[in-house]
Amino acid sequence: MDYANSFALVLPEIVLALSGLLLLLVAAWGGDKAARLVSIAAAVALGGAFALAAVAVCSGAGGLDTIAFAGQFRADAFAGLAKLMIYAASGAALIVAPRFFERAGAMRAEFPVLVLFATLGMSIMVSAADLMTLYIGLELNSLAAYVLAAILRDDERSSEAGLKYFVLGGLASGILLFGMSLIYGFTGTTNFAGIAVAVSDGLSPGQLFGLTFVLAGLAFKISAAPFHMWTPDVYEGAPTPVTMFFASAPKVAAIVLLARVSLEAFGTQDDAWRQIVIFAALLSIVIGALGAIGQQNVKRLLAYSSINNVGFILIGLAAGTQAGASAMMVYLAIYVVMTIGSFVAVLLMRDANGNQVENVSDLAGLSTTRPVLAWCLLALMFSLAGIPPLFGFWGKFVVFQAVVEADLLALAAIGIAASVIGAFYYIKIVKIMFFDEAGDTVRGAGDTPHWSLLAICALLVSPLGYLLIGPLGNLADMAAASLAVAF
Amino acid sequence: MIGIEHYIVVSSILFVLGVLGIFLNRKNIIIILMAIELILLSVNLNLVAFSAYLNDLTGQIFAMFVLTVAAAEAAIGLAILVTYFRNRGTIAVDDVNRMKG
Repeated sequence: MDYANSFALVLPEIVLALSGLLLLLVAAWGGDKAARLVSIAAAVALGGAFALAAVAVCSGAGGLDTIAFAGQFRADAFAGLAKLMIYAASGAALIVAPRFFERAGAMRAEFPVLVLFATLGMSIMVSAADLMTLYIGLELNSLAAYVLAAILRDDERSSEAGLKYFVLGGLASGILLFGMSLIYGFTGTTNFAGIAVAVSDGLSPGQLFGLTFVLAGLAFKISAAPFHMWTPDVYEGAPTPVTMFFASAPKVAAIVLLARVSLEAFGTQDDAWRQIVIFAALLSIVIGALGAIGQQNVKRLLAYSSINNVGFILIGLAAGTQAGASAMMVYLAIYVVMTIGSFVAVLLMRDANGNQVENVSDLAGLSTTRPVLAWCLLALMFSLAGIPPLFGFWGKFVVFQAVVEADLLALAAIGIAASVIGAFYYIKIVKIMFFDEAGDTVRGAGDTPHWSLLAICALLVSPLGYLLIGPLGNLADMAAASLAVAF
Repeated sequence: MIGIEHYIVVSSILFVLGVLGIFLNRKNIIIILMAIELILLSVNLNLVAFSAYLNDLTGQIFAMFVLTVAAAEAAIGLAILVTYFRNRGTIAVDDVNRMKG
């Protein structure tokens, strides 16, 4: 293994790291006047990293050639596909942010830099092949995310969201780290491949404890129930573009990381983690569905919706097969598009003065006042609920197909039944938009970047999205095949 | 003779104290920051003890990373706490309730 080869494999991360550091200097010297410039440069850097990662995905890279730095890092197609989603979601956050923050008078040049560093952290997370890389990536992402949540310094809700996120996130990384120290102690290595060898003939109690702590810590990061308490508060308090970022990119990173730990490091002991994952999955689906019912704030409602969706993704992981991993990636891709679309729609909810409104009741009669927005939201909500002609249905379909193929029929039956409860509040929103007395709240005009993002997302989740089944399925299969597991 | 079990017991006690410090504490957010720090240090103790026991350097390298990250985390936590205090004028745990939950 030579270093030149390793550096070639981490090229997307190097691009992100160097541009992040450089833009930090620009931001420090230029001050907030440079915010626009830094935003554009950060988006260009993300685009560059996207192109570099796309090469790895298209070649379907896997195996020993993708291991960098003596087994610390794996740049395979699985990580590559996750990176594409992460970079795209971060780019979307950069596009919608300036308008929102300029209104609040707080467009800071640090914002794009922090997004870049958070993205770099996520990029390292999905490529982690060692507990140390995992931890560094996770913390790089989390530390940037705490600051992002609290970035509106003069806003009470934003700083409270940052504080809550920090305390509970700190606890989660503590639990995760304690689990990692136990795994290290009882297997004698931090490398996933080494752990897989050490646990191949059964888990000792110490290793099982370690695994449980690690799963609990990661469940916190993906906001799966029963570790979801922070999600609604943080999503409501954080500025909307930041919430959009939290709901999309870090979820992809943490779920892919969870899949890597379960499948690559503990793949031979799937009975040990499967029951934990199934428990978290079903509980997330139910809590996500029931918790959303009484919510008045759209962002809180979308927080519960994301808890609900994470449950379905975990069901794909619970299958523990190659088809399950592939289904998980398909669902994640669709989920990212639906989430970005929904939050862009929330950003377009402005009153006559251009201020953001975020109550569910403000949506009343939207179909007469703003028909285009209402129809886009209708497509997104039905898609999130998984109603057939829309693309969200396909994600749920492949996940349940994988579970049925893995002979977990009871899980599939309960999951499908629970998804019906979730449909209730999505349909309620549609009812408020189309059948309630028209309110006069949502009046403000949008601008081109927002509308084009919303149009792209709405088109992708509309039945037209089914044209993508082939390529998306191929990519996800290739990604799942590149995992270092013998399924 | 002090064996590896003793280290694991001490670090587990420290870990549990840290977690309880976050949940049972009703007074002050700075105590929560101290509790998080205690959790990270219990992990460090674990890593270093295992490293010596296994005769393997990885654990000590890992502990260095944890120390570095813990420092950055404390800095960010205190910074967020300062902006929170400016907005609310209090850092009592019971007052962190602008949003329900």
